[in-house]
Amino acid sequence: MSEVKKIATRESYGNALAELGAQNPDIVVLDADLAGATKTGVFKKAFPDRHIDCGIAEGNMMSVAAGLSTAGKIPFASTFAMFAAGRAFEQVRNSIGYPHINVKIGATHAGISVGEDGATHQCNEDVALMRTIPGMTIIVPSDDVEARAAVKAAAEYVGPVYMRFGRLAVPVINDNPDYKFEIGKGITLREGTDVTIIATGLEVCESLEAAKLLEADGISAEVINIHTIKPLDVELVVASVKKTGKVVTVEEHSIIGGLGGAVAETLSENAPTKMLRIGVEDRFGESGPAKVLIEKFGLDGKGIYGKIKAWL
Amino acid sequence: MSKGHTAPGYYSAMAQRGYFPLEELLTLRHVGSRLQGHPCMQDLPGIDMSSGSLGQGISAAVGMAIAAKLDGKSYRVYTLLGDGELQEGQVWEAAMLAAHRKLDNLVVIVDNNGLQIDGKIEDVNSPYPIDKKFEAFNFHVINVADGNDMDQLRAAFEEARTVKGQPTAIIAKTVKGKGVSFMENQASWHGTAPNDEQYAVAMADLEKVGEALCQK
Repeated sequence: MSEVKKIATRESYGNALAELGAQNPDIVVLDADLAGATKTGVFKKAFPDRHIDCGIAEGNMMSVAAGLSTAGKIPFASTFAMFAAGRAFEQVRNSIGYPHINVKIGATHAGISVGEDGATHQCNEDVALMRTIPGMTIIVPSDDVEARAAVKAAAEYVGPVYMRFGRLAVPVINDNPDYKFEIGKGITLREGTDVTIIATGLEVCESLEAAKLLEADGISAEVINIHTIKPLDVELVVASVKKTGKVVTVEEHSIIGGLGGAVAETLSENAPTKMLRIGVEDRFGESGPAKVLIEKFGLDGKGIYGKIKAWL
Repeated sequence: MSKGHTAPGYYSAMAQRGYFPLEELLTLRHVGSRLQGHPCMQDLPGIDMSSGSLGQGISAAVGMAIAAKLDGKSYRVYTLLGDGELQEGQVWEAAMLAAHRKLDNLVVIVDNNGLQIDGKIEDVNSPYPIDKKFEAFNFHVINVADGNDMDQLRAAFEEARTVKGQPTAIIAKTVKGKGVSFMENQASWHGTAPNDEQYAVAMADLEKVGEALCQK
């Protein structure tokens, strides 16, 4: 087997912005002193005039982005998820969400895979926060292919979009000619009959690993990639769990309010199903190499497999 | 309109200018009204930016001014802030960026009426000296001694147009409730409506002020 190509979705974000910038002069990018880390530096190099570094002032950045949008620009406001969804929550809600303004939020360094920076910078709550804002679209891409497609789709879509990217290089899993990205449409990556695994972000790849391990034990797992958490692909989720009768959600996010929360809310109303939420338990993250942390939190393929086996 | 709570004044001016029928003003804050408690651009055409959460309007104005610069357009951006609003840290984040980007197409007006909900601004958490703060943030500062005097305001706006390479802050010393005898300088009238009797007195007071202005 050839070596698997790995790339962090934040890299994809920067590259996609630079590509889009060449096509559309209305695209402007804002950052808050993290252009090197969020990879908007790639855009800055190509289009320095359209890159606005707001300095370490995320709340201001979100409202400035809103102002730019009212003047016809398509702003991509970029910073770490912790500051985009956390610190600037109220600006995102009132300056962007309430007026349903055409601002795209590129939130990088989400989840525990931030690694050594530790809990203060590991945002495991952003999806939960953003989900509560009416009209906010939330996309969590699983790899480079999906991240670039998501940025493009977000630029074309009119309205606020929150995109969640990671720091850690992750395997490319969607590089097939049939791959098609559509906001709000989940993708069944593997069909199965015993259990539905619904994953998002870097956990999609890990869930595919887990499904392989389950298969060796004679358990047939269906794996669905939910890249758009809001609006959720209710139809796909309901159809799958009606077939398998059991559902597991996997995310590098708190089990409260994120993908697990969204699926639980949906199913409890539409198709009550036995459910297991895998993610960051009700706790903060900690420092350490990203890979080690993912294993420690039981969010690698093996860990997910173990949790599902114990639960089934 | 960064100080979105001034919505009733804003709506009145808009109605007078023909944005919507005068009668619609009576729907203010009612269920289903386009005249929300704080301005909503989704509901009411003519509102450039929804506001109400203090400190955010000035940032949006900075974004609009940056867009004008990027597009080589000549429009100018004006944003009205309350003096209590200056207590929001975001105001200074926005001010720093505005001066850093030399936004000479941006004018910040501070409605310095000296009062906020809990009382006098200097008793609650003093933002003074306001002019020196904006100067330190590299703004061109214009102090307007009587912000209720249209001529003084006009002169300030004219001066702002001539400033190059930096944004302008107009610190307008105003009287809250100006022209209404029982409302002037009373923080308690920040968000309350007069009863019928008070309304009659207020209108009589304003008639007198209007007549005086016409004779000027």
